Amino acid sequence: MNTSSPTVTSPSFAQSTWLVAEREIGSKLRSKSFLISFGILFLGALALVVWGGFSAGDTSGTPVAVTSDAAQYVQNAQGLELDDVADREAAETAVRDGDVDAAIVGDPSSPTGFVVIGDTSVSNSVLMSLAQLPPVELLDPDGDAGFIGYFVAIGFGVVFLLSAQTFGATIAQSVVEEKQTRVVELLISAVPVRALLAGKVIGNTVLAMGQILILAAISVIGLTVTDQTELLTGIGAPIAWFAVFFLFGFVLLAALFAAAAAMVSRQEDIGATTTPLILLIMAPYFLVIFAWNNPLILGIMSYVPFSAPIGMPMRLFLGDALWWEPLASLAILFATCIGAILVGAKIYENSLLRMGARVKLSEALRR
Amino acid sequence: MLELSGITKSYGTHRVLDDVGFRVPDGRLTGFVGGNGAGKTTTMRIMLGVLARDAGTVLLDGSPVTASDRRRFGYMPEERGLYPKMKVLEQIVYLARLHGFSKTDATARATALLEELGLGERLNDNIETLSLGNQQRAQIAAALVHEPSMLILDEPFSGLDPIAVDVVASVLQSRAAQGVGVLFSSHQLDVVERLCDDLVIIAGGTIRAAGTRDELRERHRNHRYELVSAGDAGWLRTEPGVEVVEFDGGYALFDVDSESTAQRVLRRAVEHGEVASFTPRHPSLAQIFAEVIKEVTA
Repeated sequence: MNTSSPTVTSPSFAQSTWLVAEREIGSKLRSKSFLISFGILFLGALALVVWGGFSAGDTSGTPVAVTSDAAQYVQNAQGLELDDVADREAAETAVRDGDVDAAIVGDPSSPTGFVVIGDTSVSNSVLMSLAQLPPVELLDPDGDAGFIGYFVAIGFGVVFLLSAQTFGATIAQSVVEEKQTRVVELLISAVPVRALLAGKVIGNTVLAMGQILILAAISVIGLTVTDQTELLTGIGAPIAWFAVFFLFGFVLLAALFAAAAAMVSRQEDIGATTTPLILLIMAPYFLVIFAWNNPLILGIMSYVPFSAPIGMPMRLFLGDALWWEPLASLAILFATCIGAILVGAKIYENSLLRMGARVKLSEALRR
Repeated sequence: MLELSGITKSYGTHRVLDDVGFRVPDGRLTGFVGGNGAGKTTTMRIMLGVLARDAGTVLLDGSPVTASDRRRFGYMPEERGLYPKMKVLEQIVYLARLHGFSKTDATARATALLEELGLGERLNDNIETLSLGNQQRAQIAAALVHEPSMLILDEPFSGLDPIAVDVVASVLQSRAAQGVGVLFSSHQLDVVERLCDDLVIIAGGTIRAAGTRDELRERHRNHRYELVSAGDAGWLRTEPGVEVVEFDGGYALFDVDSESTAQRVLRRAVEHGEVASFTPRHPSLAQIFAEVIKEVTA
């Protein structure tokens, strides 16, 4: 026996896992296509924030209709472009037609003596420019809450879709690459199969979270620099929640992607087993874009583990969620995540060395 | 020493291995020879634990082989594979680290090994840019870098040019000299014959012959002799118990029916003239292999 290697100690599970994760991260960071697509995403986010800053800076003020009986309340208001109207009826028409963003009219029943009328929502900038916070009346309370909400929905949707899909696909390709090149036979003669899986999941989660955190930082810094603090106060907490939800949501998806990919032996066949997962990622994206202002759908989305990373931050942004709701949803997500890791590891272990034809799910789950 | 016994494996109703048993002793090179589909790769995968067996045992130094024992094995799979887009050195270092070497140690060992295998110039090239022969060398480095105590190599010489065959052969011999048990399969019977101390012949999922190379040669020697003499050797044709295979003046190649016939021929040859040489001719591995396979199928 050769004993000329006293420095060798069998690496611990954690060490093996980290070595695998390190390789995953390193090889991705050296891939030009990844760097380019991340660059585009980065610039896109930057452009959006800067554009938002310019368009906010361009307007001399928010157009607001004011009746004569309310004029006294807005005399000292900053950032409002006042448009005098004859009476409440004329003010409401102006709001409905979109000539003005809101109307401020005198109302004896209001404790402040006036109310703010909006169409579907009232911009915070209007309310904040007033010395006293008046009651708000909405002419079309069931309508869109302004297109900022729509943008936020698209923002969460796109970032989730792109990040989950990019890194989900990466993990799938990396699993199949090892199978296809048979390097996996060498790897598992060196480290436990579960360390290999854990390393892949952790490595890609680190990358995905890195991407999310960089994008979150751009939004927060960008909004601060371009002086859109009002939007920032509304969206800061939802972004933070989004990051937390994404962390667990992605680990859940990553474990499933690795398992699905382990069932095939060639890159060409990846689609056969990962398509259901791609749909699981696409569905929340489309749902949030088409139904972001539907409280029922959004409510359900915010508790279903696969869509919670979009649904719950969106509800938080809209102010629909009670304080305990994100915690409850996170608990459900966490439990699902553990389950997915267990099932994923089983499928992965059973399928990894089965070359050739696609492994049947029932066989992959067998003990 | 690694010892297999009673290994059986079926795919569905097709039995690919039937009661396979042989030994891979430490410090020796064992050649594993068989036709396509004979069961070599399946046997090796079972030894590595990469494939589950239906029955039988794999013992290392007398006790069942464990996962951590296997971590000290070096393996070269039949179908080659390393990460195509990873640099040669980086890849070998990674594998060494997975086996527990520190980064510094792994780098030093990988560099030395790749240089020994003649890849010193290509350390920072991606695997996919190497020629097949050089990829093969990198693959051998992958099997050796963690200083394994047992080497199991599936066709390590396929795709290598004669110079590379010599390089790899000397690397394997040096490992065996350090006490490592080496099992390798090959279709190149001449290489196996030159290199091996021990031989295992498999056909149709069963072991047909196993033992040291010299034992096998002895068992399958066909009493063939070569005579080179000064006189004409034509008299051999009429000698009882002798069958002449080749004949040219003083040179003759012939089979005898027994050892005593050979001795009698030698005495007569001396009477007929000066004998330059009288040599028993051992069968080549190719001949033994053909014979072993024929014996069973006949």
